[in-house]
Amino acid sequence: MEKKFIKGCEAIAEAAVRGGCRFFAGYPITPQNEIPEYLSWRLPEVGGAFVQGESEVASVNMVYGAASTGTRAMTSSSGPGISLKAEGISYLAAAQLPALIVNISRGGPGLGSIQPAQSDYLQATKALGHGGFHAMVFAPATLQEAVDLTYNAFEYAERDRGPVMILMDGCLGAIMEEVELPPMKEVTKEGTSSWNLSREGCPNRPPRCVTPILPELALENLNRMKGNLYKKWQEEDVKVEHFMLDDAEFVVVAYGIAARVAKEAVIELRAKGVKIGMIRPITIYPFPRKSLSELDYNKVKAIIDIEMTIPAQMRDDIELPVQGRCPVYEYGRSGGVLLDDDGVYQAIEKIVKECD
Amino acid sequence: MAEYTRPHSLMPTPTGYCPGCLHPLATKLVAEAIEELGQNDNALNVISVGCSALNFFSWRGDMIGAAHGRAPAVATGIKRSQPDRLVFTYQGDGDLAAIGFAEIMSAANRGENFTVVFANNQTYGMTGGQMAPTTLIGQKTTTTRYGRDPKTTGYPLKMCELISTLEAPVFVARYALNSPKGVLDARKGIKKAFRMQLEGKGFTFIELLTNCPTNWGLAPLDTLEYMNTNTIPYFKPGVYKDVEAAK
Repeated sequence: MEKKFIKGCEAIAEAAVRGGCRFFAGYPITPQNEIPEYLSWRLPEVGGAFVQGESEVASVNMVYGAASTGTRAMTSSSGPGISLKAEGISYLAAAQLPALIVNISRGGPGLGSIQPAQSDYLQATKALGHGGFHAMVFAPATLQEAVDLTYNAFEYAERDRGPVMILMDGCLGAIMEEVELPPMKEVTKEGTSSWNLSREGCPNRPPRCVTPILPELALENLNRMKGNLYKKWQEEDVKVEHFMLDDAEFVVVAYGIAARVAKEAVIELRAKGVKIGMIRPITIYPFPRKSLSELDYNKVKAIIDIEMTIPAQMRDDIELPVQGRCPVYEYGRSGGVLLDDDGVYQAIEKIVKECD
Repeated sequence: MAEYTRPHSLMPTPTGYCPGCLHPLATKLVAEAIEELGQNDNALNVISVGCSALNFFSWRGDMIGAAHGRAPAVATGIKRSQPDRLVFTYQGDGDLAAIGFAEIMSAANRGENFTVVFANNQTYGMTGGQMAPTTLIGQKTTTTRYGRDPKTTGYPLKMCELISTLEAPVFVARYALNSPKGVLDARKGIKKAFRMQLEGKGFTFIELLTNCPTNWGLAPLDTLEYMNTNTIPYFKPGVYKDVEAAK
């Protein structure tokens, strides 16, 4: 393993290359510019292609084209740009093409702010585009986790034949940490050979059609298949960290940067004798419902949803498995204002006092 | 004696186009050029949105459906990943010159090494005959009931003229499919564009003037005459750029 002190965006870019990414198209938008900048020189080094698209829309459609050939392809952006990519992400889902979409999120809505925020949870988990589909969404909290999740993202995308998202806020995108970089994966098109449009196999295979449009019954079948897939994800693919949860009377739920800040508060409160723990979703879709539904509500007095956005966007996903068995509180900052240790600590302490 | 056969890339099924439409002729010319260049298994058809999407039913060969206007972006991703394939988009005027204007101009400007076949019938055929960016001044459509008025809708876009101002494209030409000569010229032009692509020369653009009997509200034969008196004087056929001729 190779160790490197590296910036968040560049860590994701390098992990994608090592995970087999050989095509990137993107458009400049803060705070993710280090991803296209890095890949503009890195991809040609490994025989891949980089295109700076004329727009977010064009870029995601370039990824759609590259993915159809069985090439591991990705794009990256931030909130406003992801909205523009919604068209292409929906087409990727319809045409069953694997691709990696990275959202280094910032304040919203609208042009919002260029400062970090977790403002795109709902977009990422509920509607990445029109038509009612989901993608697996990974939300790393450290750069090592970002590297590991990105490195394996294409396996999920190819297994399920659809887009996969890495959602990380601009704060994690900009910080530097030491990471262990995994080795370069051997890239072949074998994983995609049953459907890809690559030249390999012609003329011995029949012609193939990659299509985002289907006759109604075929489309219904595709939708049914996807519905079953999402259930399977919920059973088999949830990733979650449980922290000091065994005897917890108070349970913080937080992901990504918010979980890093909240963890400090949990540790401090534990030191003061508060029985508190944390659930950290690593996949925000599929959401770790079981972690919440299986809590012992004879013990748990309150759930506290901490997010770097206002209002909290994860709240519905938390309340569904909690089923009213205990109150759910929320605390956050938003618009590009960062969560800080003291603010989070005091907010939790106040809720603890109210409930005791 | 000449023997006329169906080119390999066309399925032996009805095309689905309206009677008298020149789209199937355009598609056939593309298929013939592919066959003559020995590219039946290597061609990759990037299908756009509009009547051109009927290609899904009549084309035999690798193909992919692109979002409305995005075919040049999709083709960019394909060609950069599979440089040896013969990649082409087949787009109508609404797709290419309105919603996909950024994509076509940018792909042309980058000099992407694929071919664009642009069928210009001056209307949105599939959606029922609305005004297209290429609709002629005074032409009646479902959204210009009294004829296209340049005061509020501007003027028909001349794509060959625009694209030939760019440095990167290597072959840009327009042909009218309403006469045998136009068809024969188009056949040669398409084949030349594909050959230049296979030689790695760069971006090639073929505009084919076609008709729409259904939405123009004219009998098929009358559309051909309409093209002579209205379409061709505005969209002048010819080679707008050819780096081979310039030598």
